[in-house]
Amino acid sequence: MTSLPTQVTGKKLGLVIDLDVCVGCHACAVICKEWNTGGYGAALSDQEPYGEDVTGAWLNRIHTFEVTPGDMIPGYGKKPKGQGMGEVIAQTDEARVVHFPKSCLHCDDAPCVTVCPTGASYKRGEDGIVLVDEDKCIGCGLCAWSCPYGAREMDQDAGVMKKCTLCVDRIYNEDIPEIDRQPACVRTCPANARHFGDLGDPNSDVSKLVEERGGIDLMPEQGTRPVNKYLPPRARQTLPSAEVPSAATIAETTDGAQGFMKWIDTALSKL
Amino acid sequence: MHPALSVIVFTTLSGFGYGLAASLGLFQPDPSLLAVKFGHVLAFLAIAGGLLSSTLHLGNPQRAWRAFSQWRSSWLSREGVLAVLTFVPLTAQTGLAVLFDTTIGWLGFVVAVMAGLTVYATSMIYASLKTVNAWHNPITNTCYLLFAASGGLLAMAALSAFNGAQSTLIVLAIIALAATFIAKAIWFRALDNESGPSTPESATGLGFLGKVRLLERPHMGENYLTREMGFRVARKHARKLRLISYALGLVLPVLLLLLMGVSGMVFFGVVALLSHLAGVMTERWLFFAEAKHAVSVYYGAESA
Ligand code: SF4
Ligand code: SF4
Ligand code: SF4
Repeated sequence: MTSLPTQVTGKKLGLVIDLDVCVGCHACAVICKEWNTGGYGAALSDQEPYGEDVTGAWLNRIHTFEVTPGDMIPGYGKKPKGQGMGEVIAQTDEARVVHFPKSCLHCDDAPCVTVCPTGASYKRGEDGIVLVDEDKCIGCGLCAWSCPYGAREMDQDAGVMKKCTLCVDRIYNEDIPEIDRQPACVRTCPANARHFGDLGDPNSDVSKLVEERGGIDLMPEQGTRPVNKYLPPRARQTLPSAEVPSAATIAETTDGAQGFMKWIDTALSKL
Repeated sequence: MHPALSVIVFTTLSGFGYGLAASLGLFQPDPSLLAVKFGHVLAFLAIAGGLLSSTLHLGNPQRAWRAFSQWRSSWLSREGVLAVLTFVPLTAQTGLAVLFDTTIGWLGFVVAVMAGLTVYATSMIYASLKTVNAWHNPITNTCYLLFAASGGLLAMAALSAFNGAQSTLIVLAIIALAATFIAKAIWFRALDNESGPSTPESATGLGFLGKVRLLERPHMGENYLTREMGFRVARKHARKLRLISYALGLVLPVLLLLLMGVSGMVFFGVVALLSHLAGVMTERWLFFAEAKHAVSVYYGAESA
């Protein structure tokens, strides 16, 4: 049934991704591919995996953006001879790099669900997870067209649509240790940039995090009401450089020496 | 958007077929004439061929029947259901005309209404997508309906020439072609002047920090998204192709219809129809190739 669910529990499972912390290591994308190629539905096939033009279906992709405050000097974004498209020529302020993992946001008003002609694409009433029933999918691709985030990719081998399942085969899986019952990407992120929980419950850890850090919706203008939230990078802090003692000063002083070292220091000083 | 041949053929042929079936249903030309019988068969085959072609781009066409189930929410499903329902009066109309030299007034009317609804549903598959700004407006529907109508009327006019050209049909076809020209010009204008509402800033939520620019793609090669949604046609080629689609699809057919009216030669009508269909194919190719998807702002576009 591809109408959006009318009976909902209010539970909205989703991810909160911290753009301040993500280091762009792609570990979450790799573990996602690894888990899901053997998990829910058809394997995530690759085409020409050892050839020159390797492509394949992934459910999580890490983009990297550069944000430049201040004005650009003229010529920004133009293509000068011999340079790549959009290359920055110069800017008046310090730019910062933001790594940006992107997967299905399990939208409340998911257009990918309502456009599906077969009922393959659906949103669960009990926890809000958006899934594809691959046995019903005809591979028309319309759901991927309707998703503004590019969160769906067609598996070229199986001819069915693939997307993030929020690791539905992990989070409720009683056969694996409790600590592993969270999406593979969250479990694996070495920087702790990914959080999983119930965003429908205002008292959950993830909801509090979103509240505290001013979590954002991607592309609000598309009216999809995404469940997943992104935490914006924190304001930059400049180090109070004047107060940092120089290496030379550190070497000269014995302040703060304790115990045996303090005794030696005192003894030697008395000589 | 990637212009898939199967989808271009589908929308062109089925649109034309429905236009012709509707025109035959409304004008009820004498079915004992061979040319009219031919028209009925042509409409039927164009519709059937177009629909068949649409299944070619599916990953699992053997399950296509499932697409009739979600008509409550999905325009693609509605289109499928309407297409099947339309086959009932359409088959009756075609059969009666071809086998029994008969037409029924109300049946023709039903065919026309159902054909119109089906073409509208096809156009809504595209017009309902908020992610493709160029498609997401009522002019898209108007264009699809007008292209179907002008193709149908043009074919009717050409067929009438076999038994002495009918000036009313020629005039109607020319009016429809002119209206299509105007609607398409408005559509192209909107495409050129407006971009979609999404930007790298809104897509990342980082606009509050400054100007956002893609530094690195997530992958070095292509993927489904860049192939399917990232298709781009060079602007200078798009301009030329637009002129070609106008010329072949709309202008040349008008001139040829006039020539046919004056000379009474069927030949001009047939060439007009072929030229029109080639023009519509070009137009459909551009309909996809020029449309930009919202996801392109994650891949370096400045807005979509
Ligand atoms: S992110 Fe895309 S695929 Fe996921 S629910 Fe939203 S619209 Fe659908
Ligand atoms: S590709 Fe599959 S899931 Fe997507 S709209 Fe088509 S049938 Fe539904
Ligand atoms: S694993 Fe964590 S740090 Fe690495 S790209 Fe994914 S979210 Fe970022």
